Amino acid sequence: MTHVDPGLWTTIADTVAAVCLLAGAFLTLAAGLGLVRFPSLLARMHTVTKPQVLGLILLLTALALRVRSWSAVAMLVLVVAFQLVTSPVAAHMVGRAGFRTGKVDPEDLRPNEFGEPD
Amino acid sequence: MMLAAVIAAAVLVAVAAMLALVRVERGPSMLDRAVALDTLTVTLVCAIAIEAVWSRRTETIPILVALSMVGFVGSVTMARFAAKEPEGEGRVRTPEEVAAQARAADVPRGEQRDGARAIDAEDDAESTGGAPR
Repeated sequence: MTHVDPGLWTTIADTVAAVCLLAGAFLTLAAGLGLVRFPSLLARMHTVTKPQVLGLILLLTALALRVRSWSAVAMLVLVVAFQLVTSPVAAHMVGRAGFRTGKVDPEDLRPNEFGEPD
Repeated sequence: MMLAAVIAAAVLVAVAAMLALVRVERGPSMLDRAVALDTLTVTLVCAIAIEAVWSRRTETIPILVALSMVGFVGSVTMARFAAKEPEGEGRVRTPEEVAAQARAADVPRGEQRDGARAIDAEDDAESTGGAPR
């Protein structure tokens, strides 16, 4: 095996970081577009809690590849773990509050495990 | 190459933030705004991350941790205190509508405010006095 120039790894890391950056920004844009275009509260929650989290993960991966320090990576893992834990909780709270205050069409829920709204 | 990627990503995230702002303005309910504000917070996190990718700074990373918590607490709090809104209530009124309403009430601004305060005082008296039902 021949000697590998250490600059090569930097180039590779930067390239992967650029790709992750663009993909993450695109997914964030998808979340924003869905927020404007989707018709109901539940559909909007769908756009927010899925592509947005994956987009954030990709962006933070790009940041980790670019910074290349373990203490920074530990913080970024904390951010991602926090997003993964909290976004289902927030989505559940918002969806339930929407159902209870009559902003969700009961026809959209099949099966409807909440029963009839009051 | 990195500069082009950073600029493109920044533009995409800025557009996403604008779209989230559009949804905050349109509503139509408080919960839609909570969801949109959550998105806005995450786009802010994304923007700071993009800046850190460009400058390779690490001191802005704690801001990301704090901001991701703020978004969660905000939307959960708004969901917790969501109430039934009357029809047509959950939207931003135009200046013309506000002026029309003030004309319909037919009282000068200062007196209107005093009246509101008097009503507030009444409410307070009721709640502290524990009026029998």
